[in-house]
Amino acid sequence: MQYMLLICDDEKNLARMSDARRAELMKEYGQFIEDIVKSGEFRAGAQLQLTSSATTVRLKNGKRITTDGPFAETKEQIGGYFLVECKDLDAALAIAARVPSARAGGSIEVRPLVPTSVAARTPPAA
Amino acid sequence: MNLAELHRRDRGRLLATLIRTLGDFDLAEDALQEAFAAAVAQWPAEGPPRNPSAWLLSTARHKAIDQVRRRALLERKAGEIAAGAAPDDEMDEPLDPLRLIFTCCHPALAPDARVALTLRTVCGLTTEEIARAFLVSAPTLAQRLVRAKAKIRDARIPYTVPQPADLPARLEAVLEVVYLVFNEGYSASFGAAVVRSELCGEAIWLGRALLELLPGEGEPRGLLALMLFHDARRATRTSEDGELVLLEDQDRSRWDRARIAEAAQLVEQALRARPPGRYAIQAAIAGLHAQAASAAATDWAQIAALYGILATVDPSPVVELNRAVAVAMADGLERGLALLETIQLPGYHLLPAARADLLRRLGRRAEAAESYRAALALVTNDAERRFLERRLREVAERRA
Repeated sequence: MQYMLLICDDEKNLARMSDARRAELMKEYGQFIEDIVKSGEFRAGAQLQLTSSATTVRLKNGKRITTDGPFAETKEQIGGYFLVECKDLDAALAIAARVPSARAGGSIEVRPLVPTSVAARTPPAA
Repeated sequence: MNLAELHRRDRGRLLATLIRTLGDFDLAEDALQEAFAAAVAQWPAEGPPRNPSAWLLSTARHKAIDQVRRRALLERKAGEIAAGAAPDDEMDEPLDPLRLIFTCCHPALAPDARVALTLRTVCGLTTEEIARAFLVSAPTLAQRLVRAKAKIRDARIPYTVPQPADLPARLEAVLEVVYLVFNEGYSASFGAAVVRSELCGEAIWLGRALLELLPGEGEPRGLLALMLFHDARRATRTSEDGELVLLEDQDRSRWDRARIAEAAQLVEQALRARPPGRYAIQAAIAGLHAQAASAAATDWAQIAALYGILATVDPSPVVELNRAVAVAMADGLERGLALLETIQLPGYHLLPAARADLLRRLGRRAEAAESYRAALALVTNDAERRFLERRLREVAERRA
């Protein structure tokens, strides 16, 4: 079973962080990634650029509408993600609790992926 | 044993096993219901089978395969059930009921969904019964159950007893659900009746089941003791015309002595844990009330001390509120009142109600009336509202 761990935090927190603290956090991430690669749970993961670099695309009557910024203005933003493979939700929640940002005031949203065999048959709910 | 008794006693255990072997809540519920229906049709004529539980489980499994085939949607699944479950696997395991409780009370489910799912699946209440108890419409409650079951399936919430390292936190979540059910029964937050006794009964049944399943843990014992102490007074909490009767005015000769004795024994064992858990401490407090010969004989000093310990184990403004009231009774109303003034509990009617009561006892009627009005602005239970209105009239009249 695959789970997406979405790392949510106020991106101003990261901006306010001292260089030393930020370096420490990155080191913690390095260790965490090494651990979940070794355990075989890691599938993918990355840090995202700030939402100031985001562009949102919609189609209206077939016409492409491009706007600056994220799809919704929220207090917390998605700053990165991990895709992990593990046996059940308890295992995924245990990994989420080890994401360094969780200790630094962020929150981790855990979303199961729709298995590809099911995704082919059922469209996502509107 | 007749079939109805068997249903009452074994339904939850059989369902717990079927959910494990079938991996699907709805399928397991339907299949078990069909198996019981088959038993009603066959047993009287053919005589009951030698092992009724095994018969019901195997019949339910076959009904499940039939149902899946009928739907003709999940051929793979029907094959898995037919081929997969080894005969050993099919037998009910002692851990199945515990697996079911931990899954229904999983912290990844919304609190109201945990309560609904536990009452529906573990206790076997109907959707209508649960909806009535919580004053929501049956479709709303049904929707809540559907969503919870869908999340268990889609997010793959495991059907297991948590690892020892996770057990304390997960057990805490289970006990919270049980106590929530009890409290909703004991002191309904909305509507006309103060007490909905059927919910108290279900919560105590759950408490006993948990204690039986986890005999080595202290807190299930503490929680059961707490519920039994409260429940022993249940009949005297309201007058014949449905009015609230305060602890000090209750007819102690009508308290259930057998329940109090059982709870006293449980709390003594629960308090041996170091440090004692929050339910054990609350049970000890409830025990001092339940075992006092009269309201005047209540050991308030001991109760205040226990609230002090509770405040270190489980700090909250509600605990501080209770401690302040106990201090007022033990060491003087003024001291209790001074403590009350330091507590912040916005929106909670019992804070101004407690303040009003202390002011009333001190004879400061104008201030008492003001606090009763503040409490009335926040109260949601009808019987509690009428009680506060009665008290407000008393302090207002004596003034005039």
